[in-house]
Amino acid sequence: MNNIATHTHRDDEASKLGMWLFIFTELLLFAGLFIVYGVYRYLNPIAFHLAAEELSTTVGTINTIILLISSATIAMASTAIRLKNKQLTLLLLITTLFLAFMFMVNKYFEWKGKFGHGIFPGSEDLQKLGHGDTLFYGLYFFMTGLHALHIIVGFILITIVCVKVNNNSLNINNTVLLDNSGLYWHLVDLIWIFLFPLFYLIT
Amino acid sequence: MTKRNKTHIVSYKVYLITLVGLIALTLISVGVTYIQLANLTIFTALLLASIKSTLVLIYFMHLKFDNRILQILVAAVFILIALVILITFLDYNFR
Repeated sequence: MNNIATHTHRDDEASKLGMWLFIFTELLLFAGLFIVYGVYRYLNPIAFHLAAEELSTTVGTINTIILLISSATIAMASTAIRLKNKQLTLLLLITTLFLAFMFMVNKYFEWKGKFGHGIFPGSEDLQKLGHGDTLFYGLYFFMTGLHALHIIVGFILITIVCVKVNNNSLNINNTVLLDNSGLYWHLVDLIWIFLFPLFYLIT
Repeated sequence: MTKRNKTHIVSYKVYLITLVGLIALTLISVGVTYIQLANLTIFTALLLASIKSTLVLIYFMHLKFDNRILQILVAAVFILIALVILITFLDYNFR
């Protein structure tokens, strides 16, 4: 009798399903934005091509790898807690938090560089560049910005999980919050997997 | 205990192999951009991204070990998204 039935009214399977339903709404939200991007790219191919070349592939690649590793570490945390290894769970979660922070640091410098060149939503320099560039950078700032917002939310969520693991209220009998936070974090990773080629690679 | 309550524990090794695969695919997708593929560039980039996201869904998001209903739901949502994108582009192309 390893997993003794605690008689609390809880349905982990339903919690997970609920999390997935939320993920579906998020996927549809970003899918809508991808359509907007696709249609505008189709209508302004040359401007999108030139504007995309201004983005640093190196920074994009580093951030992609950072997010992939952080996804792996939080997935491993789900395994670690099931193997009753609290120290390792915490270590993996803190690594995930650190990587999320590094992602945001890179994003900060990337955006700062763009702002320094006078490129930000509504800037005069951008309007001089023309309609296509305005659209490209508008979508770039909106989509990466919305994604960064999800990173911040994930950061807060994982911090809460860390605290709960530390005070033992999240343990092997009750892993659903960790699992769902993991699912959310993988969603953030999933969205970035598509943002990366669309903005940094296709030039 | 019913079988339903037994969750499958994925080994660290599975996650590590998945991670290595994902990083390799990322580097391949960056490398491919240096080759002139003309119209195939967008196709290859999106194909590699799709493979990567499938790996994330199956292994990181645990779908391989989840129950059938969830697997069908996720597949259905992705088919829905693909259809919406396809129909929008057909509309733009033949307008």
